[in-house]
Amino acid sequence: MAPPSPRRPGFSRRAQYSLFAGYVAAIAGALAGLLLIVTARFDPAGHAALQGFFSDTFAPVSSAARSVGAGIASGFESVGAYFDAASKNRAMKEELNAARRDLVKGKADALENRRLKKLAALVERLPEGHVTARLVSSTGASSRRFAILAAGSGDGVTNGQPVRTPEGLVGRVVQVGIRSARVLLIIDGGNIVPVKRVPDGTPAIAYGLGDGRLDLRPLAAGTNPFKVGDIFVTSGTGGIYQPGIPVAIGIRHNREGTIGRPLADPAGFDFAIVEPEFAIPPPPAPDQTDGAGK
Amino acid sequence: MARYPRSRIGRAPSSAQRQGVPIISTMIGSMAPLLPVVATAPVMPPWGLQVLIAWRMLHRNLWSVWMGLPLGMFDDIFSGQPLGSAMMLWTLALLGLDLLDRRMVWRDFRQEWGIAGGLIVAVLLIQLLISYASGGATNPLLLVPQMLVSILAFPLVARICAILDDWRLG
Repeated sequence: MAPPSPRRPGFSRRAQYSLFAGYVAAIAGALAGLLLIVTARFDPAGHAALQGFFSDTFAPVSSAARSVGAGIASGFESVGAYFDAASKNRAMKEELNAARRDLVKGKADALENRRLKKLAALVERLPEGHVTARLVSSTGASSRRFAILAAGSGDGVTNGQPVRTPEGLVGRVVQVGIRSARVLLIIDGGNIVPVKRVPDGTPAIAYGLGDGRLDLRPLAAGTNPFKVGDIFVTSGTGGIYQPGIPVAIGIRHNREGTIGRPLADPAGFDFAIVEPEFAIPPPPAPDQTDGAGK
Repeated sequence: MARYPRSRIGRAPSSAQRQGVPIISTMIGSMAPLLPVVATAPVMPPWGLQVLIAWRMLHRNLWSVWMGLPLGMFDDIFSGQPLGSAMMLWTLALLGLDLLDRRMVWRDFRQEWGIAGGLIVAVLLIQLLISYASGGATNPLLLVPQMLVSILAFPLVARICAILDDWRLG
């Protein structure tokens, strides 16, 4: 006999009604879900607030787990290091000699640098309002690339702020809860970063490809001036990202653009810095004291 | 009733255990994105959906069709998709399985595997469309490895659910 199905409740009125109510609830709920998706399209701010509330609740869990994960990974690394110790030893000795030479040269350069800076009266300013926090997890099953940051509006993170590590740009905050924030990584397919090539400043736009790489498109159409190994930094065009944050290195050249690898390796993120949103400074007001002072 | 050492005859597990195990295991599957890994590409199977389908295939009478709503909402909190997408898709998946039950009353595991694989692929593709609507632009080809991993992992998930089921019913 076929297994009894509750979808055919027989003659019981009560069972028939409750079955019908179940279907009505399911279909109404599915429509409500569709409505929520539509709000994500047309009212992203309200939708983000809703999602931020939930992600707050669970951020501490993965924050704790991530430090354990990092410990395990380093454990594997130290076991692996035993296997090629001898050849590594030789290589390291050579490297050490080279490094010593460079160190001496570097010291000399640093001295020179300090002297030049004094001459130019250069002041290095760091923008106010940095927040440092741990990136705790990401949405591995979704086709979007979000990461969860263990800091939220309570720590001074606001929507739209760029997030970076010392190595390079990570992404930008798209949704803030009180204790956690969601970061749209630059490798997400929906993220666009204006960049420039480092030595000469050739402008380009970096699109995420969604698979851990970036597509670097030059603004000038027709030819592709970029080469493998070119380094790209943010240009600051259009605000949001401070100029000069490293973004990507070119790894493959094709006709209409270059495929790049993000310099900040997403798999190795640990601590990230949330920077204040960059606003293009207004043109300086004409200096009026200059003429009167003399 | 015969008294037998460690007999399970005549002892019923509590209703909390009977009802709670499938729900909690699905929720744990949904919470997989909390694992402390920052992934660069979509590679993880949608564990929550897989556990849901596995339970549904073990016991077609286990849940009413609206069960996809609360469980899907819980999944949306973690998945990174816009809130409401799993609510809708999981409920539609359960409704679809309901319809299918009327057509194919007897199924073997290979058929169930095929059905589950088809459902998971369909859900992943629709979720990709939803993510396009909310600003994503991922190449559909990137989902192929994720789909393959999901389909291959389904028997494993079904196996784990069967073990849990054994324990759940004492």
